[in-house]
Amino acid sequence: MARRPALLQRALPSVVILILIAGPVGLGLAATLLPAFGYLPALGGSAVSLDPFRAALSEPGIARSLALSLGTGLAATAVSLAIVALFTAAWFETRVFRAMTRFLSPLLSVPHAAAAIGLAFVIAPSGLIVRLLSPWATGLDRPPDLLIIHDPLGLTMTAGLIAKEVPFLFLMTLAALPQTEARRHMRIASNLGYGRIAGFFKVALPQIYPQIRLPILAVLAYGTSVVDVARILGPTIPAPLAPRIIDWMADADPALRLQASAGAVVQLLLSIGAILIWRFGEILFSRIARSGWSSGRRHLRDRLMRHSAAAFVGVLIAAMVAALATLVLWSLTAGWWFPQAFPSALTLRHWTGLYSSGSQLIADTLLIALPAALVAIALIVWQLELWSRTGPRRSRTAFRRLMFLPLLVPQISFLFGLQVLFLVAGWDGTLVAVALTHLVFVLPYVFLALSDPWDHLDPRLAKVAASLGASQNRILWSIRLPMLLRPLIVAAAIGFAVSIGQYLPTLMIGAGRIATITTESVVLASGGSRSVAAVYALLQLLLPLLGFLLASVVPAIAFRHRLGLRLQR
Amino acid sequence: MADPPPSPSGLKLDHVEINLETRRLVTLDRRIAPGDVLTVMGDSGSGKSSLLDFIAGFLDPAFRATGQVWLDGTEITTLPPQERKVGLMFQAPLLFPHMSVGENLLFGLNKIKGRDNGQRRAIAEDALRDVGLAGFFDRDPATLSGGQQTRVALMRLLLAEPGALLLDEPFSSLDQTRRADLRNLVFSKAREQGLPVLLVTHDPDDAEAAGGDVVRL
Repeated sequence: MARRPALLQRALPSVVILILIAGPVGLGLAATLLPAFGYLPALGGSAVSLDPFRAALSEPGIARSLALSLGTGLAATAVSLAIVALFTAAWFETRVFRAMTRFLSPLLSVPHAAAAIGLAFVIAPSGLIVRLLSPWATGLDRPPDLLIIHDPLGLTMTAGLIAKEVPFLFLMTLAALPQTEARRHMRIASNLGYGRIAGFFKVALPQIYPQIRLPILAVLAYGTSVVDVARILGPTIPAPLAPRIIDWMADADPALRLQASAGAVVQLLLSIGAILIWRFGEILFSRIARSGWSSGRRHLRDRLMRHSAAAFVGVLIAAMVAALATLVLWSLTAGWWFPQAFPSALTLRHWTGLYSSGSQLIADTLLIALPAALVAIALIVWQLELWSRTGPRRSRTAFRRLMFLPLLVPQISFLFGLQVLFLVAGWDGTLVAVALTHLVFVLPYVFLALSDPWDHLDPRLAKVAASLGASQNRILWSIRLPMLLRPLIVAAAIGFAVSIGQYLPTLMIGAGRIATITTESVVLASGGSRSVAAVYALLQLLLPLLGFLLASVVPAIAFRHRLGLRLQR
Repeated sequence: MADPPPSPSGLKLDHVEINLETRRLVTLDRRIAPGDVLTVMGDSGSGKSSLLDFIAGFLDPAFRATGQVWLDGTEITTLPPQERKVGLMFQAPLLFPHMSVGENLLFGLNKIKGRDNGQRRAIAEDALRDVGLAGFFDRDPATLSGGQQTRVALMRLLLAEPGALLLDEPFSSLDQTRRADLRNLVFSKAREQGLPVLLVTHDPDDAEAAGGDVVRL
């Protein structure tokens, strides 16, 4: 456009956003490395040595912990991707696909901890499934002595991760599809006589995969370093690496803190190793796939595969729906003895009990999540508006990649150092410190949620307004923002949900002084009352749900007489 | 080069040249007198839209453009789009979907000191009556027909008191009978207000109805 803003003005939002993201990650990683080599003056450690690593790696069962972290993370990522790819291949542009899409999208906003707690209540030996089958089919009148949850191989934990990651990868794939020619190319493949699945894997996936690689690697990094899902569903003796590091950190013995930071560095290496293994798998897979491109085989008999893909996704949705329903039942239960399939009496007292016991938790949760979401929206709008004014920029791709940084580094590896830094600054255990840390994760999601609708706004509307004499600011406030009202509220609700779902950042930066409904629900899930745990798990859903409700109600009321805006989306 | 001084009135395109990489898209050196229409014809991809973008101030930085644009004796080539006073009409009417018909018009109407909201509304209602849409002020733009929307878009543009009109195939989305009506309406309004018009089209009927010079790209 005619008048370009000055360089500083153009770069300012990017700089602010990148400092808020890369700052905590980079400084945190650095501050994790020093104590890992024995340097932590605050605790009297000043001799640089490899002792913390030796101590960490000589913990009993550590090899098994490492194998568990690597195995569950890789398996969960591979299976999730396989389900998403097969399902998209088999059902893209059908009614089944649209119906399942409608179910999968809201599941994305279910926080990991809440989903894991719900799943545990369904599949545990005393859970809903065994109850429904008992005693008439199983002959049991007490819960069977089976290690379904906390199974030593981490299968249940893997399943829990898959249930959460499939919706995420699915939505990322949906977002990637229109950016490629995949849709038309798949039609050409069908026209040339290829089966749906073969056509997708030979023609569409090679175009889509590069677009979803970063989200996939984020899933992998998360899966290999997850703490809350591991605590609720994962093996315990020994646990995967990440929860063990947290235990070392919580120990009163200062030597164990050095060991914990060595563990956080090992965790980083482990997640990098997982990414390298994945990369190797990519190369192998593309070699094999490549030879299939020219084979000419049409693979028309893919009915069985297509139906199994739908079955996988169906089971997954059913499991999540059952998990949420079970949470609701437990939160209303006055008494529910095994093997009853339904509570013998219902009560609201677990919910009304929130007044006395939960108000501080809820207040703190909101005091962190609301500012984090609003600051993220303001910064991302600032950035996107600037791009609209300066025209398309190449730096945008680099910006998008950097947004994935906090999702690619294992949380524990930089949070450990960040905690030390906040401690030194005297900010540990404050709401501001926790909110700033949440912002690291909220910003990328708000950006992902808002950038597509922003870019899809017809650029000619702004041109018309400008040629009518409207200033840039007037175009922003009276054209772009009102037209984007719904995506803006949705993006804010997503940011809000992401903040509420944060477990590890709250636990570590809150330093035990700040608890949210999410940290509380994980504590309650391992040992507290099931009903109270269910209430807190549901709260994690209900608070973001309010946001999504606003997103559909406010624009519907504000634009009730505007057909054009309703048809648009 | 010793250029003659640009003529004081109308829209003057002074040695305008637009290039994309090494390809020359447009060369044009013309003056459009007030009330006259210059029709630019060419196939898609011939640079018609880049020419309008250049004049209105939206040219993508990927293009390189030289030459100057003068409007009524003022050079506007380096002005921001907001200050150029050249009104744009696209293929689609592009009414703002979140505003009512009347709000769309008021968005275009300049703010003048001493003119209160009641007077502003009266002006917008007069404008609607002027194009046969009396009583449409509170309507949702999405409920109007294509021809009605185009009329609102035209009046929104005229209320902003532009110094020239740039038309980017504004009739191509309309059916044959409406197209003729609207063409006449637009051209007569432009003549009435003494506005130079640059019309970009690939429809020979448009060119004929415009009656002015025709340039092929």
